[in-house]
Amino acid sequence: MAKTILEMRGITKTFPGVKALQDVNLNVQEGEIHAIVGENGAGKSTLMKVLSGVYPHGSYEGEIHFDGQECRFNGIHDSERVGIVIIHQELALVPLLSITENIFLGNEQASFGVIDWHSARSRAKKLLARVGLNENPDTLITNIGVGKQQLVEIAKALSKEVRLLILDEPTASLSEKDSQALLDLLLEFKRQGMTAILISHKLNEVKKVADRVTVIRDGRTIETMDRDDVSEDRIITSMVGRTMEDRYPTRTPKIGETIFEVKDWVVHHPLHPDRQIIKGINLSVRKGEVVGIAGLMGAGRTEFAMSVFGRSYGTKVSGEVLLHGKTADTTTVEKAVAAGLAYATEDRKTYGLNLIDHIKHNVTIANLPGVSSKAGVIDDMNELKVAKEFRKRTNIRSSSVYQVTGNLSGGNQQKVVLSKWLFSNPDVLILDEPTRGIDVGAKYEIYTIINKLADEGKGILVISSEMPELLGICDRIYVLNEGRIVGELAGHEASQEKIMRAIVRGEEKAAS
Amino acid sequence: MTTETATPAEAAPARQSMRDALKENLREYGLVLALIIIMVFFQVMTNGILFLPVNLTNVVLQNSYIIVMALGMLLVIVAGHIDLSVGSVAGFVGAVAAVLMVDYGWNPLLAAVACIAVGAVIGGAQGYFVAYMKIPSFIVTLAGMLVFKGLLLALLGGRSVGPFPTEFQMLSAGFIPDLIGRWTIVAPALNASGNPIPNTGIALHSTTMVIGVLIVALMFYLAMRTRRAQERHGHDTEPFGLFLVKNAIMAVIIMFLMYKFASYRGLPNVLIVMGILTALFVFITKRMTFGRRIFAMGGNIKAAALSGIKTERLTFYVFVIMGMLAALAGLIYAARLNQATPKAGAGMELDVIAAVFVGGASAMGGVGEVAGAVIGAFIMGVMNNGMGIMGINIDWQQVIKGLVLLGAVAFDLYNKKKA
Repeated sequence: MAKTILEMRGITKTFPGVKALQDVNLNVQEGEIHAIVGENGAGKSTLMKVLSGVYPHGSYEGEIHFDGQECRFNGIHDSERVGIVIIHQELALVPLLSITENIFLGNEQASFGVIDWHSARSRAKKLLARVGLNENPDTLITNIGVGKQQLVEIAKALSKEVRLLILDEPTASLSEKDSQALLDLLLEFKRQGMTAILISHKLNEVKKVADRVTVIRDGRTIETMDRDDVSEDRIITSMVGRTMEDRYPTRTPKIGETIFEVKDWVVHHPLHPDRQIIKGINLSVRKGEVVGIAGLMGAGRTEFAMSVFGRSYGTKVSGEVLLHGKTADTTTVEKAVAAGLAYATEDRKTYGLNLIDHIKHNVTIANLPGVSSKAGVIDDMNELKVAKEFRKRTNIRSSSVYQVTGNLSGGNQQKVVLSKWLFSNPDVLILDEPTRGIDVGAKYEIYTIINKLADEGKGILVISSEMPELLGICDRIYVLNEGRIVGELAGHEASQEKIMRAIVRGEEKAAS
Repeated sequence: MTTETATPAEAAPARQSMRDALKENLREYGLVLALIIIMVFFQVMTNGILFLPVNLTNVVLQNSYIIVMALGMLLVIVAGHIDLSVGSVAGFVGAVAAVLMVDYGWNPLLAAVACIAVGAVIGGAQGYFVAYMKIPSFIVTLAGMLVFKGLLLALLGGRSVGPFPTEFQMLSAGFIPDLIGRWTIVAPALNASGNPIPNTGIALHSTTMVIGVLIVALMFYLAMRTRRAQERHGHDTEPFGLFLVKNAIMAVIIMFLMYKFASYRGLPNVLIVMGILTALFVFITKRMTFGRRIFAMGGNIKAAALSGIKTERLTFYVFVIMGMLAALAGLIYAARLNQATPKAGAGMELDVIAAVFVGGASAMGGVGEVAGAVIGAFIMGVMNNGMGIMGINIDWQQVIKGLVLLGAVAFDLYNKKKA
């Protein structure tokens, strides 16, 4: 029996009005890779913040024992001192500093405040070799890809005499190939005797590397299973607390004529105008139809949608957009909205909401003329009525329409974004990752809204990285890879395997 | 985290509770309260000089140009920018006005219109670099500050130009005419030769009092109308008692100030200009799509752009408006001094920016109120005035003003964090 290196006992963490963690227990043994899985919002990240001291001792209940000693961390520095290092989902690298500078950021190779760059560089080289990254340590972070940046993060962690490495969704933004390399690296570290906690909701990854898996749901530990007991079904069942079938509301599609078409759409990179990002896309959406766009990260899905919606991405855009069979001018966002198009962004905090303003103002901002006189005077009462109506219609849970959107949960924020675009009364909605980062319950509500919109006769284009989601709600799925459509599948005949096969085949074709 | 399940959607009660309403109002009227406290403080410290009609009139005249610029600066800061050039622009435009009216003998009205146009062009030029060339406003307007300070010196060539035509002086030195005639309440005491002794008796500028009554009536009417509309649409309304008390207090304050003005020479012309502009900007920011879009842009420019807002054009217009208001302020200042001087406008931008921040605007953009900026300007102005009367040295005045600015913003942030 291996030695227990970390034990968290009865961790309870409360935020105003919410119990984020409730009596969570976690036991990690020395030298294992321990996976923590759970839906978004289940409390995984909160648990790791408790462990790493982001939430200091005293702000939660329960005990943490590391290496046989009780720990009371008051900050990341304390936890790093005993060898617990966490790599967050959002990379914490400074883009305009070099790899070396980033690796030793906050931990500079210095005596009396003077940095010894020679020793820093040679140590950085050794660390890069350990993570298998073949890059000059003087290269700026901004000049290397996300996959390599992730490796730099790991090198940074290694520079700190790490005993327990925590990776929070390390492959979320990596390509398949980079993900594989990262997982292999993790296994290599394990052979060298390092302990790791892997937070992920990609079950195939978990199955590949984890020795044990702990499932968290709604802030509670559901169970910890050994490698041999792990199966996808079992994980899913304990993750969501219900079976897969119930995750998507049913709908009988009533599909009409084609209302939205894009022809020969070509887009170039905004900074490198000679690089084609979108290489001639043709697609169409019919009335009452929910159409999905599947593809890996970097396939060009968001770039495609944003370039169609008011040329919000890219340069040298060419091609034709048709709404109701007529060529539509979508060269600015304003014109695109006027033509009947709406685009709900994948990144609601950066591109979707004014987080410091309340729900009412966010709901009407894309269609202010809809609550104003011709002279541009807003009718307060009408605006309030509209906001209340949409709050009810999309079931936004808030104290009132005057709640600031920055204080809402992810799911409710997404409903505000949806409300905003519904109020602009579009014929075609492009929803980019409409359920990213929101919990299962809220997802179900979003799907219900999508279904209702389709039933009202709108055309809906859903971009999603979660294939089960596309399979669950779409009538038709396009598969996008490297800026090209490499497959089109009817909803009832589509499957994850078919989508992946289309992507792989597309890659082979591109390579040959 | 699942906040979702924590706050179930309930039917909101039709009336706010008294406590919530009070709390909300305290936050909203905290700044007014601060101004009143400061005024009372200086009233005591200056042995009653602060509230003398002639001094109150002075406070308005001394701060009019700051307030006019604070209106534009509020939009600039809410939009997420800053304008360091307004002082120099005001000084420069004042000089242009002097050259046009004094040297070339232009008609004052025509010259004033031309000057405002010059301000619009200046604002537009700076706005172009900020909005379309994407150069940070701090840099563009820092350059503008140097350029227009230099142009002011070049235009005047070291001399002061004045005096202005009398009609133009009336902008800052004039008072509204008393159409109804003075209303003597207490006859002044007479001296031995039968002439009235100044500063005895009470004679009111009756037009001013009438305007005061009309303003109060209008305020009640608008408040009632909004309340009715809220009730009609089934929205929340604050408790009626609180509503009445609040408006009554405002009415008393307005009538008190009007009484003070009326017992001197009536409302200054420039106060009328300021009042109308303030009302206009409150309306723009609260009720017009243009204003709403500025707030949306300042809060999150990327989200605003993806919501169909033309952020470049909007930024451009904000700077045009700022330029026009800086020009107007320059005219008011020149008219008040009755000459254009090479030092006009120097350092004014800092007072303006301070007023907006004391008034609760956020340096990050997206947050701020017109009324707050105006009250912020008055807070700084009353402090200037009061400390001046008390005979506090100018050096210590600066120290105190600096600390008040820092304190006000720190207090505001602390409050927001707690909320």
